[in-house]
Amino acid sequence: MTLSGINIRRLIALINKEFIQMRRDRLTFAMMIGVPIMQLLLFGYAINSDPKQLPTAVYSQDNSTYARSFVSAMHNSDYFNIASEPKTQEEADELIRRGKVQFLIQIPPNFSRDLVRGERPKLLLDADATDPSATGNAISAINVLVGSAFNHDLTGPLSHLRQNQAPVELVIHRRYNADGRSQYNIVPGLIGIILTMTMVMFTALAVTREIERGTMENLLTMPVKPIEVMIGKIIPYIFVAYVQTALVLIAAVSLFGVPFNGSLLIFSLALFVFVIANLSVGYTFSTLAQNQLQAMQMTFFFFLPSILLSGFMFPFSGMPTWAQWIGDALPLTHFLRIVRGIMLKGNGLSDITTELTAMAIFTVIAVFLALSRFRQTLD
Amino acid sequence: MHDEAHQAPPLENGLAINVHGLSKSFGERTVVDNFEMQVEQGEIYGFLGPNGSGKTTTIRLLCGLLTPDSGDGTCLGYNILTQSRQIKRQVGYMTQKFSLYGDLSIRENLDFVARVYELPDRINAVNDTLRKLNLTGRAEQLAGTLSGGWKQRLALASCIMHRPRLLLLDEPTAGVDPKARREFWDEIHMLANDGLTVLVSTHYMDEAERCHKICYLAYGKLLARGTVEEVIAQSGLTTWTVTGPNHKRMMRLAHDLTGRHGIDMVAPFGATLHISGEDGAALEQAISSYRNDPDLSWSKSAPTLEDVFISMMNDAPDNFK
Ligand SMILES: Nc1ncnc2c1ncn2[C@@H]1O[C@H](COP(=O)(O)OP(=O)(O)OP(=O)(O)O)[C@@H](O)[C@H]1O
Ligand SMILES: [Mg+2]
Repeated sequence: MTLSGINIRRLIALINKEFIQMRRDRLTFAMMIGVPIMQLLLFGYAINSDPKQLPTAVYSQDNSTYARSFVSAMHNSDYFNIASEPKTQEEADELIRRGKVQFLIQIPPNFSRDLVRGERPKLLLDADATDPSATGNAISAINVLVGSAFNHDLTGPLSHLRQNQAPVELVIHRRYNADGRSQYNIVPGLIGIILTMTMVMFTALAVTREIERGTMENLLTMPVKPIEVMIGKIIPYIFVAYVQTALVLIAAVSLFGVPFNGSLLIFSLALFVFVIANLSVGYTFSTLAQNQLQAMQMTFFFFLPSILLSGFMFPFSGMPTWAQWIGDALPLTHFLRIVRGIMLKGNGLSDITTELTAMAIFTVIAVFLALSRFRQTLD
Repeated sequence: MHDEAHQAPPLENGLAINVHGLSKSFGERTVVDNFEMQVEQGEIYGFLGPNGSGKTTTIRLLCGLLTPDSGDGTCLGYNILTQSRQIKRQVGYMTQKFSLYGDLSIRENLDFVARVYELPDRINAVNDTLRKLNLTGRAEQLAGTLSGGWKQRLALASCIMHRPRLLLLDEPTAGVDPKARREFWDEIHMLANDGLTVLVSTHYMDEAERCHKICYLAYGKLLARGTVEEVIAQSGLTTWTVTGPNHKRMMRLAHDLTGRHGIDMVAPFGATLHISGEDGAALEQAISSYRNDPDLSWSKSAPTLEDVFISMMNDAPDNFK
């Protein structure tokens, strides 16, 4: 039976062989299962998703009862630890710039006068959002505080100020990270990270191992076509990728309560494109590497920019333009947006077409490269 | 359905291998130099030469694993430059280095080969091969855990499973015990009788003598070819054998004779020395003063194949230097 020049029986022979080898190689097999679990637990638990007692500075230009009760309400919420009370604007700015405090609360002059007049004075909250998971919950907490902190003081003739809107206007200024990503970003992103690492590495190694052990010489003298060898290498790892993803998803939902709002089918489709992209990169590496060590090094050469510039580690919008260009070229960048979109925002197919297209273009180029690089001879 | 089933082309003049002008260089070094080879169908052709002389490289050129820098020719009637896919289907190549999957069992390896060549009755083909090898009881053992000799035997079995018309064997019996080696050669002769052509590289002289024809390659150049007798005759080598009382005495004699004019080579075999030279008269002149020593008994003998090869090796310009 043939399918556009590919002989299915030979292909099955190759796939079957690959699965047996995978099963025999206990360590690699353990890594396929162990790496995702370990990364998930480390990233999931090591990063505290709800940190409390964050250092906070209060720059109060209005020494009034209202201001003081707001500060003490913040203190009571357990999220804020009033670490310092700067006396000047410069002093206050420096505290947050240097990372001495995570938050800076600025209470403007005439705060109490405006409050009592019902003019909704501005309450300025500067947040150092470099690590958004650290600030997210605290910001939600203060939003609630604003509505209730003054209830005690606004009694009698002032009680009408407690109605409807909060009596003050909270202006939040997230510094250093406009995105303000939530902690849910990490776990979905991990799927992409884990797949990038394992898929590229395992294919690169699987092919290089054949060259290193001399079995490629035997394989090349048999009537197999390059495309068959390549697909035979890739299909087993597509299977591995889906198993890994399922593991992470189950753990993400059950251990960390990460929502899955979108469609699993669309997710699987995007996953497929992404996995093929990475497998092709791994395959291309394997045709360049002389041995398994080199294959490993190339994997990390690809993995590092992926992890650093994809928006997983640092917010994408905060990166310089050149870094964004590199990031945009990497499939992980688009996959992260797709996964977050589907899982957290419930994105549908139409929402992710741009990202999916970008990823597909990468995939087509990678597949083409891998195929054209395949050595049919030992030269 | 075979996707590339072709009518096999007729052989040119009954030659299973017919190549000329083959050259291959790696970087600066020419490893195969203007090589020419004609092997008739059904012939067992021995391929000899010192380490690094280019035997493996030549075999790889023949089966399309390497692309020659220049030269052309046919293998089983197919062009070696353009039809390597067809050649691969009908050639069994046994690599010098064990190249089956060490992490697959013996049966799984054979099964893989059988599937790739699309053998019609796969299960039986595998079982037959296992039985013939006497490996039925160990079929589930990982191939990588076999002893060296058994690996060789398994590798040979796997490359004749698809009934190739040409066998390319690269040092197939390295590390194989004498009995297995004998059986191996008996099998090769049987296969050749049925019309299979065999090109086999070896470093064993007794194996060279079991070949129909041999050729000798040194540093990429063909130095001699023909039947064993022809090669010995062509060498023009004269050999004297001298036997003495003990090996100490003989080592002293060997030391004295080495390097004299007319003596190209002195090789000890226990208490016997083989003394050879290309110029028979000069050789006799050189040994004349020892001929009358009562301890030594001298006789003129035909050179062995080994004498011939070693003398050729000494003469050949080493391309490493
Ligand atoms: N891929 C390669 N790159 C560079 N040099 C090579 C390559 N393959 C072979 N050579 C060189 O070509 C020469 C011939 O090697 P080849 O393996 O053909 O020798 P051989 O006759 O098979 O030797 P042996 O009897 O040791 O097996 C050697 O000097 C070797 O170093
Ligand atoms: Mg060799």
